[in-house]
Amino acid sequence: MTDSPKPPDAVQVVQVMVSATPYARALGFEATAVGDGRVTMRTPYRKDLIGDPETGVIAGGVITALLDHVCGAAVMAAMKERQSIATLDLRIDYLRAAEPGRDIFAEAHCYKVTRSVAFVRAVAFEDSPENPVANATAAFMIASNGGRKMGANMKPPR
Amino acid sequence: MSAPSVTEAQLRERFLTVPFARFLDIDLDLRGDELTIVMPYREDLIGNVMLPALHGGTLGALLELVAVATLTLKQGHAHLPKTIDITIDYLRSGRPVDTYARAQVTRLGRRIASVRAEAWQFERSDPIAALNGHFLLTQADAS
Repeated sequence: MTDSPKPPDAVQVVQVMVSATPYARALGFEATAVGDGRVTMRTPYRKDLIGDPETGVIAGGVITALLDHVCGAAVMAAMKERQSIATLDLRIDYLRAAEPGRDIFAEAHCYKVTRSVAFVRAVAFEDSPENPVANATAAFMIASNGGRKMGANMKPPR
Repeated sequence: MSAPSVTEAQLRERFLTVPFARFLDIDLDLRGDELTIVMPYREDLIGNVMLPALHGGTLGALLELVAVATLTLKQGHAHLPKTIDITIDYLRSGRPVDTYARAQVTRLGRRIASVRAEAWQFERSDPIAALNGHFLLTQADAS
């Protein structure tokens, strides 16, 4: 639960992280709560994001993206200064199928930040984190852009 | 190794007609028993606008899809394998170009399969992301 005090900077950083990320916007992500190292995000149920046409269950790939994004947002909400981050690894346990027709929420807690790496846990659910659809653990690299200039990726790797 | 029991047309019907696959605009290419899934670049897939770099979630979706499709190719089952867990390693930032993915079934048990998948852009030997996953196999005759 996001019951810790909300640093105003973190709220803004997380909002920008959703609104200024093309893929998050394309999937319709929305931050619903921001705390100190804690973020909750929602993805709306959409027919064009269905992964199993027979049941209408949303694609696992959408939940993967939501968990990745909410974990990154929690790192942003935990850091004292704004730095670029990149996912190092992400493990997801799919506990059950999501209920068709329902929005999915994901709640993440960045519980440890070091100079180079941040560690996060997250859970995805419809109504309550007590009844999860999926669990995730992730590690992020901090200052991942590390000296690379704007547009550095426009060139192929050497 | 026996010949694939599933044709490219069947894989297309099964995987490319799914709404989320259409959303990602992915395509597949089956040569012999080697299946490649292609995710064409578009701006919507970006997660880091500064570099720019693909969103980790797009690579995760691509890797999971190629893992499930490769399992279907090996098994020829009427039912989709269900994802139990996946671990994704992000090895390089994804550049704003097309991305390819292939998977290898590490172990095919009676109930569980273990699969490794890799995604790359410029060189097959230099993957940008890798997935290890476990999948629950649903038997067509047991449902």
